[in-house]
Amino acid sequence: MRTFPIGGIHPHDNKEWSKDKAIEVLELPDEAKLPMVQHIGSPATPIVQKGDKVLTGQVIGQSTGFVSANIHSPISGTVTNVDMFPNGQGQRRMMVVIKREGDEWLETIDRTPDHKRECTLEPKEIIAKIKDAGIVGLGGAQFPTHVKLTIPDGQKAEVVVINGVECEPYLTSDYRTMLERAEMVLTGTEIVMRAVGVKRAVIGVENNKPDAIKHLREVIARDGYHGIEVMPLKMRYPQGGEKQLIAAVTGREVPPPPALPISVGAVVCNVSTCVAIYEAVQKNKPLIERVVTVTGKHLNSTHNYLARFGTPASRFFELAGIPEGDVKLLNGGPMMGRSVVDITAPLIKGCSGLTVITGAEAARGKELSCIKCAKCVSVCPMGLEPYLLSKLAKMQKWDMAEEHNTVDCIECGCCSYTCPSNLPLLDYIRIGKQTVSTIVRARAAANNKK
Amino acid sequence: MATRLFAAPSPHIHGGENTRRIMLDVILALVPALAVSTYVMGWRALFITGVAVAGCVVFEYIISRFLLKRGSTIGDLSAIVTGMLLAFNLPVGIPWWIVLIGAVVAIGVGKMTFGGLGCNPFNPALTGRIFLLIAYPVQMTDWTTNVPDTISGSTALAEVKYSTYDVAGNIVLDRMNLESVDFLGMFGGTMNGSLGEIASLALILGGLYLLWRKVITWHIPVAVLGTMAVFALCVALGIGGGALCYELPLFHILAGGALLGAIFMATDYSTSPMTHKGMLLYGVGIGLLTMIIRLWGAYPEGMSFAIFIMNAATPLINKYLRPKRFGTKK
Repeated sequence: MRTFPIGGIHPHDNKEWSKDKAIEVLELPDEAKLPMVQHIGSPATPIVQKGDKVLTGQVIGQSTGFVSANIHSPISGTVTNVDMFPNGQGQRRMMVVIKREGDEWLETIDRTPDHKRECTLEPKEIIAKIKDAGIVGLGGAQFPTHVKLTIPDGQKAEVVVINGVECEPYLTSDYRTMLERAEMVLTGTEIVMRAVGVKRAVIGVENNKPDAIKHLREVIARDGYHGIEVMPLKMRYPQGGEKQLIAAVTGREVPPPPALPISVGAVVCNVSTCVAIYEAVQKNKPLIERVVTVTGKHLNSTHNYLARFGTPASRFFELAGIPEGDVKLLNGGPMMGRSVVDITAPLIKGCSGLTVITGAEAARGKELSCIKCAKCVSVCPMGLEPYLLSKLAKMQKWDMAEEHNTVDCIECGCCSYTCPSNLPLLDYIRIGKQTVSTIVRARAAANNKK
Repeated sequence: MATRLFAAPSPHIHGGENTRRIMLDVILALVPALAVSTYVMGWRALFITGVAVAGCVVFEYIISRFLLKRGSTIGDLSAIVTGMLLAFNLPVGIPWWIVLIGAVVAIGVGKMTFGGLGCNPFNPALTGRIFLLIAYPVQMTDWTTNVPDTISGSTALAEVKYSTYDVAGNIVLDRMNLESVDFLGMFGGTMNGSLGEIASLALILGGLYLLWRKVITWHIPVAVLGTMAVFALCVALGIGGGALCYELPLFHILAGGALLGAIFMATDYSTSPMTHKGMLLYGVGIGLLTMIIRLWGAYPEGMSFAIFIMNAATPLINKYLRPKRFGTKK
C-alpha cells in the first residue's frame, strides 16, 4: 500500500470517539459573527452596514483581489454590528454581526434535495461560480479554491487528487462526509476535473477508514463516475499534507517552495471542499455551512454537526458538555489545530473540528537537553533537520536557518511530538520560518525596485 | 471547579518517548551480556560493573550539583549506561580503584566538561577506557583471571595477531592461526576478553531489543560489521581463499569488542551522525579503521580507537551529509 516517501509518525488516531456519529444538522444560531478573514490572502471588505437586512446566502464581505474570498451571510436577519472582535486566538478582526430573524434564503439558491449530476459549464464559468461562492480549502488551510483551480500559463494539470486522508487524530468530518455525502463528493470531483481539464482523479483515503473506501467505490461503480479512482493509503501522519498526499498518490515530489503542486501536474482538493464546489456550481449555494466534528475523550457526547458559519464555539459545548478544570480547546485536531482562547469565537470555514483535550493530555514535559538522537530528523516529512533549525532560530541565526531550508517546514509537528527531551522544536522553527520568510520577501521587494 | 481554557502552539500532544526510557532500554539490552559474563567469570564481573556504575553516578551527581551548581542530572540514567559500558570494556581482574579512575575520566572529562548529556563529542565510556589503556597498560591487558579454565592469558585477537606476522613484519596469516579458534565458544561467551564483550549471542540479543524498541537503527551496526566482514573477506581472498573466506570474517566480527562496539558504543547518540547517510559513512569508517588497526596497528584490538576517531569526524559528517530535502533529486 502506498504512502509518502520520508518521515512521518503514527499517533493514535482517536477516531473512535466520533466516527460512528451521523451528521446532525445543528439548529440555526440566534446570532452569527462573521470574520472578514476566513481565508489566506487579503481580507474581504464588509459591504453591509449596521441595520441592513440580509438574506441567507447574500454576500456581506466582498473579496479584494485575486487571492481573497467572498463572505456570505449564513442566516437571514439584521446586521447589528460591523466592528473589530476577537477571533478564536484572541486577535481582533473585522467582523459582521447578524441577528437572526427566520430563515429566508436568496431565491437563486436551489434548495431542493435532489442530486444534480450533469454539468455543462465551461471551465471559466465553473471557476467564476466557485469564486463567487467564497470557497476556500476546507481541510484547514483555507486557501481560496478558485486560485488553485486557475492553472498558470505554461503549466498543465494531469491529475486531480482528492484529499480524503484526514490524518489528523480525532477528526471525522471528512470521514462522515465521504460516507453520507459520497454523491456530492464525486460530482464535486467531476466538476473539478472539468474545470482543470483532466480525465483522471484519485481520492486518497487512509486504510483506517475501510468503510469510506468501500462506500466511495460502490457509488463510483453504481453511478458510473468514470476516471475517478479511490486509492487506499497506509495510515501515517501527515499524509493529508498536500505535498505528502501528492507524493503518496502519484509518486512525484513537489519541488521546494515557491513551486506549487501544479508543477508536478497535480491539483489537490479536500473532500469537503468538493461538496462545497458541488453545491456552488450545481445548486448556486455559496459556502455558508460545513461539517464540523466536536470531539474529545472527556466530553459528555461527541458529534458531527452540519453547522452554519458564525455559530459560537460555546454553542457546541452547551450540547457536548465541556469538562471542568484545565482544558485545551482546539480549532482542528491535536497535531496542527490552534488553541482557542475565546469560547464565544465563531465557527469559520477552515474549522473541520473542535477537539477538547485536558490539561493533563496537553501538558508539556520538562525540557531537557538535546541528546542528538536524530529522531526528529528521521520523522521530518520534508527532509529537514528540526534540531538544527530550532537551535538556529533560538540563536537568531536567520541566514543559516534560510540556508537549511527552514521555509520548507509544513509545521506538521512530528518533530516536537517525537522529541524524547520534550524540546519545543516546532515553536522555535515557526519563529525561524516566519522571520526568514519576511526577510526573503523584503529582499525580493528590494531587488524588484532596482 | 470551572473550566479554564489554556493555550499553546501545536502540536498539542506528545508521543511519550523520553530520555530516561531510552537509557533504561539500553540498560536492559546490556543485562543479558552482563548475566553471561557473571556466569562465565563469576561474581567479580558484577562487582566491577557495580563499582563502575556507582562511580559514574556519584561523580556525575557531585559534578553537576557542586561544581556546575545546577540540578542533578542522574535521573536520566545516562550515567548508569556509561558505567556499564565502561565496565564492559575492562578486564574482569582489574583492581577496583582503577575502575573508579576510569569512571572519573569518563564522566568528568568525557561528559561533564562539555556540558553533560548530549554535548560530549566523544563517547564517555570510551574516553575512560582509552585513558586507562594508556595509563595502566599492564592491568588493562591482563586476561588471566578471566575464565578459570583457560591457560593462555591473551585474547583470541591477540593470539591471532601475534602469530600472523613473521619477523620481517609480513602477514603470514593462514588457516593454521584460526584452527584453534572455538567459534561456538565465541558465540556463547567462553572466549577471552573484556568483561562485556565475550558473549556475542547476548550482545546480539540486546541489539535486536534496541532495534525493536527503535532506540537505534540498523545503519551503524550493519555498516560497522559489514565493512569489517567485507574487509576480512578481501584479506582472506588475498592470502589464499578457501575456508578462510567465511572463517576470517566471522572471526573478526565475533572477536574482541566488535559487537559491543558496533551495537552499543558506536550508536551513542551524541557522538554519532544525525542522518542515515551519515550513519552509514560513520559505520564504514569505524569498520575500516578497526580492521586496519587489528591487522597492521600496534594493538590487537582497534575498535575503541576507531570509534573515537570517527566520533571526531561526526560534526563534519553532519555538516556535509544532510537529509534529502523533499522535492529535490539527491
